[in-house]
Amino acid sequence: MNGPKREEPAGSGRRARGALESDVLAALWAADGPLTARQVMERLPGELAYTTVLTILSRLHDKAMLVRQREGRGYAYAPVRDEASHTARRMRSVLEEGSDREAVLARFVSELSAQDEELLQQLLSGHDVGDVGDAGGERFDGGR
Amino acid sequence: MLISVYIPFVVTTVLTVLAPRMARRLTPRPAAWALACAALVTAAGWAGSLALLAFTGIAQIPQVAAEGHWSAAAVRAQDPVYVTVAVAGALVLAVGVGNLSVAAFRQVRQIVRFRKECAELPGDTELSVLDDDAPLAFALPGAPGRIVVSRGMLRRLGNEERAALLAHERAHLRGRHYLFLGLWQLTAALNPLLRPLAKAGAFALERWADEEAAVRVGDRAVVARAVGRAALASAGAGSPGVLAATGGEVPQRVRALLAPPPARRSLPFAAGALLLAVCCASLANAASDSDELVDSAKRVRCAELLGATAAQPTAAPRPASAFHCGPHHGEHRS
Repeated sequence: MNGPKREEPAGSGRRARGALESDVLAALWAADGPLTARQVMERLPGELAYTTVLTILSRLHDKAMLVRQREGRGYAYAPVRDEASHTARRMRSVLEEGSDREAVLARFVSELSAQDEELLQQLLSGHDVGDVGDAGGERFDGGR
Repeated sequence: MLISVYIPFVVTTVLTVLAPRMARRLTPRPAAWALACAALVTAAGWAGSLALLAFTGIAQIPQVAAEGHWSAAAVRAQDPVYVTVAVAGALVLAVGVGNLSVAAFRQVRQIVRFRKECAELPGDTELSVLDDDAPLAFALPGAPGRIVVSRGMLRRLGNEERAALLAHERAHLRGRHYLFLGLWQLTAALNPLLRPLAKAGAFALERWADEEAAVRVGDRAVVARAVGRAALASAGAGSPGVLAATGGEVPQRVRALLAPPPARRSLPFAAGALLLAVCCASLANAASDSDELVDSAKRVRCAELLGATAAQPTAAPRPASAFHCGPHHGEHRS
């Protein structure tokens, strides 16, 4: 019922392509500076072909969502910044003005109480040790 | 009618107490569906029962009885519902419908405002990034809908956690979770008793998206960390004051993700389905009883009219109102 565990291969339909665009865009926004296609590839989860990343980067560039500069034989890409826009602030004010009972949007995380914060720190510290990459199944024994 | 009209209230109360507790321990996706069904059926049952109670009160008003060609006295004599109860039912229903309209209006307005804001965001990609350092992430409803995340949120997450966040929001959009949220909020507006159900439902949706993200990313702990980090970041930058009521949800989600996936259970769903079936059946029963009550009051009225014409010396062929006499819907009262 639920699809493949890893990223779908590129070109397996519109949705997959849209999702890859999102992943690439997110990686570039999270970075400190412009990234080359190879650097983007390293920051994406799953096994993606280099050419796929290149294709997505150039498509996003065509859509005027990325700027690029020469770097070596290729390009380094960065997102088009939008600092002057007040969209973010307005969006936040719309989010905050509706009470919890009226909110129509599913937010990623709800707010934390001081207690929650402490509890969360504990929960995460128990699982933050070791490398981030491959947490095995044996970690899942302490939940109950 | 005497008992059955009140059964939807009992079912609503039982579900509103038990369902939220049960839902937290079940697989989130079927739990969300079950909570949606429960909210829809109990809200309909609630409104239906109130309407029936109100109707039996209105049916006793002489003018209404005259208009419907039934005997107000017969309704009053047979009807086990006190007028005060009927009036209270009518009032509660009116307030509920009023609240429902307001809630619906606000929901639509909120979505329209968000769409307007999002239309100003550059690009047509699935992901829309806000150039803002405050951590923020949500799924904007629509067809196809958009994922809106702030730069601040993206920068606070690791590579895998970023993928988890996107997978989570994508699950909200693909599952059309905003429809669930809207349904719960509207039913809770109609009947405030359903608020716990709405809250449990919203939590089930987050868990559903978490579980789907865990399958996509292939690692539950990564999703747990993404949720935890995002929440801690938001806690630092968030606006104090608005909140506090929703406390406890994020740690629960993280804990659930660090534990193995919940086992599939069917007994709670069967029990819930049974309760909802009882709710529907008793409402139907009460409606048919109410129908019968009116029929029998109509027969009483007919008998009165026939009696009156028979008593008159000049026997007219048939009074016009006698045209309405006779059994209705083929039902007979023993």
